Parts: sequence; C-alpha cells; structure tokens
Amino acid sequence: MPKIVAVTGNEAVAEALRQVNPDVCAAYPITPQTDMMQRFASFANNGKVKTEMILVESEHSAMSACVGASAAGGRVITATSSQGLALMWEVLFIASGLRLPIVMPLVNRALSAPLNIHGDHSDGMGARDCGWIQLWSENGQEAYDNAIQAFRIAEHMDIRLPVMTCLDGFIISHSIERIEYLDDDAVKNFVGEYKQLNPLLNIDKPVSYGPLILPDYYMEYRRAQAEVMTKVNKVVRDVAKDFEKISGRKYGLFETYRLDDAEVGIVILNSAAGTTKDAIDALRDKGIKAGLLKPRLFRPFPYEEVGEALKHLKAICVLDRADAFGASYGPLFMEIATSLYSHKDKPILFNKIYGLGGRDYLPDHAELVLNELAEVAKTGKVKTFKEYIGVRE
Amino acid sequence: MKLKGWKEVTPGAVVTEAGSALKFKTGSWRAFRPVWIEENCIQCMFCWIYCPDMAIKTKDGKRAEFDYDYCKGCGICALECPGKKGQKAIVMEEEGK
Repeated sequence: MPKIVAVTGNEAVAEALRQVNPDVCAAYPITPQTDMMQRFASFANNGKVKTEMILVESEHSAMSACVGASAAGGRVITATSSQGLALMWEVLFIASGLRLPIVMPLVNRALSAPLNIHGDHSDGMGARDCGWIQLWSENGQEAYDNAIQAFRIAEHMDIRLPVMTCLDGFIISHSIERIEYLDDDAVKNFVGEYKQLNPLLNIDKPVSYGPLILPDYYMEYRRAQAEVMTKVNKVVRDVAKDFEKISGRKYGLFETYRLDDAEVGIVILNSAAGTTKDAIDALRDKGIKAGLLKPRLFRPFPYEEVGEALKHLKAICVLDRADAFGASYGPLFMEIATSLYSHKDKPILFNKIYGLGGRDYLPDHAELVLNELAEVAKTGKVKTFKEYIGVRE
Repeated sequence: MKLKGWKEVTPGAVVTEAGSALKFKTGSWRAFRPVWIEENCIQCMFCWIYCPDMAIKTKDGKRAEFDYDYCKGCGICALECPGKKGQKAIVMEEEGK
C-alpha cells in the first residue's frame, strides 16, 4: 500500500533513491541539496541501502567518480545545486558522451556572483546543452516521481544517457508537503535490475573508455549521440505510462492546465506553476480565458508537441526564472519561440524574467501578467517584449 | 580502410577490442629519435619496461631494435638507460639531422 507522508522535497527524493538502492553514490554537500545527500548517506550508513558512498573533495570529483563507477558497471547517483553543478560542468559532457546513465537530482539554486543560496534556474539552464536529459518538477511529489522514472529513462537500452531531475531550491527542497510514497517493492520492480552494456569490470571482455577521437570520427560519434536524443521523447512517455500503472499519477512531456479552450497562456517551469494555476482560476472567474503549459521534459525539448499545444493561443507570456545574458530572451522563451516558429499563425510572444535568487513569485505577479496577456490579445500590441518583474526600479 | 558511418560506431566511443593501439601508428609525432648503441647495452630491459608504447622490440628474450612506428620520441628510454661504464646505450638524436 502506498504511504501518505508529510515530508520535504529533499526528504522525498532521498526516499526515492533509497527505494532504488543504487550501487554507488559520489556526492559533495552544497546548499540546498546537502540535506538530501545527508539523508541518503544515513541510509547507507545504517544499512538501509547497499550503496557504496564515495566521499569526494569537490563536485568535479563527485561527477568524475560517478563516471568511473558507471563505466565500471554500477547504477550510480549523485545530487547537486548551483556552484556544484557549475564545477561539474566539464565532466557532465563526459558522462553523456560516454553514454553513462547516471541519475542526478538537481536542487535548483542561483549562481554566484552575487552569492546567493536560494532557488532559481540559472544552474540547470547553464547545463542545458551538455547532453543530459532534464526533467523538471513542480512539487515534492513530482520530484519523487521523476527521480524514480529517471532510472528507467536513463537505463533504457535505446537511450543510455544521464538524467538530471530538477526541483526548486528551498521552495520545494525544504517545504513540507503531502507526498505519496510507493511501496519499496513497487519501486524495485519498476526500475528493475540494471545491466551495463560494456562494463569495465568485465575482465572476460576488455573494453576501453574515453579514447581520443580525431576529426576522422568525432562527427560520427556526435551524430550518433544526437540520434539518441530523438528517441528520448517516446521513452519518457512509455515510462510515464508504466509509472501511472503503479502510482495512479499521470505524466507526459509537459502538463497543461485549462489550456484547451484558452485564448492566452503562460509557460512556466517548476514550483511557480502552482501559483500560476491559482491565478488562472481567479482570472477565469473574471472572464479571462487563460491557461498554462508547464514543461516537464526540458531536454530534449519536445518542440513539435509544445508547438501543437500552444499554437491556438492569441498571446503567450513565457516566464523565465533565469536570464541568458547576451541572448535577447530567457532560455525557456527561446525554446517556446522555436516550438512555434514553424506555425503559420503564431501567437504573440513576450518574456518576463522573475524570481531570481529566490525572489518570491506571488499570485499578484501572475495576475499582472495574465491581465497584460488579455490586453495584448485584445489590441495585438506588446509594450515590452522582455522585462524583469518583481524588481525595484 | 573504409571509414565507418555514424550508425556503425559503438555507443559512447567505447573501444571493445583489446590491443587496438597496434592499429594507431604514432611514429610521425617524433621530433627526437632514440638510437640504440648495442655495444653499451647490458640487456637490463629497462627501456622495454619504461616505454609507454610498444617501441622496443625483443628477439629471443633480448633487446632488439626500436620499432619507430610507435616511438613518439619521448626520451624516457634514454633517460632510464643505465648503459655500460657511464656510456649510454640509448641516445636521442634530432630528426632530420
């Protein structure tokens, strides 16, 4: 029987990792992730998992140890945030290039400088092109569910790529919510047994990892990796279907809320989607036909499906919890614009940057955006295509 | 040799064949060439042990000539060579001289 508990996002993800019981975990503490790996280290120390914990001196070493352990043949996890992910950056590409299905919860936190420990998406967005699959989670329940599904996606024989599952620092990682845990057996059966394709430790079949590939072959390996990304979409949907059977909870490539009959829409990631849904309900009562799309699979981005889901709208505001300095717009905006580019009749698009460094995103902010959307839909005119909201002048 | 297309390469560029360095000749990287002076050689086989590639050939368990196909000219063999009575059995000479 599933168990209903009141726990933090970090606690829920640590529980998911305990239930999966991986072979190796190499992690380094960083706020706001620390509490997740501390809990997991306790599981290891108290014999609740058979996982070998590798204590390392930095995140660069953590990811390097994960690469080695995964190539050796183990099911491997780590977790990080912000500067930790930034320090891993070099090795992230090695993990994906070597096709190692490492699973890593990322507790989203702002990047320094100025130094800040609170939630925004600059860390995950900075690593969006490193060849990892990215799943984003609105709340503790989604963070728990995504962590479990991540193993099946990463380890699928058509995929074999690392997956990061994102949850908002503090807002989700440290807030207590009602969460439904699956049975240990249900999770164990769901993820199944893991078998490495070419384990280094198989001395009967010696292999080498990380050879030098010169211009005569480098592009062929990159092209093959690009092909794998095209297969992720289907695997994510298939895994979600299987997950629904054991949990009753439905997942897809993205979630839509009151979008089908909407005239205007907001696209937003993670925890702020919850606040936005409330604001949509309030404005629907006042006659504004608004809806929401919340991406779940951000890498590879499901351009076709997202474009289809949004094309009927008159106006869309994309809210980014990260800026892409020097690019015209925020990172999520650019994906949405690309999704709609091939459509003849495009909704009007504009972009707001919100919630950086843990700045609160309030229902008032969502309502202001929704009112502006209604105005834009009516007049067809946009005052500012990109601006920061919730910021002092 | 026909080069493989992207559908034929192994996932993650994993090399599934042992000893494939044999197919990768790196002798052209060399700027300095080690030269073996047989009369100074005491057959200690240090050069064979220290060579990071496979540039020291053996014959009947004894030191034989260099295999220059695999010698990058790193000079480790010359450095480690104890020689005989202070005379090195391996010396480095600049290529093209």
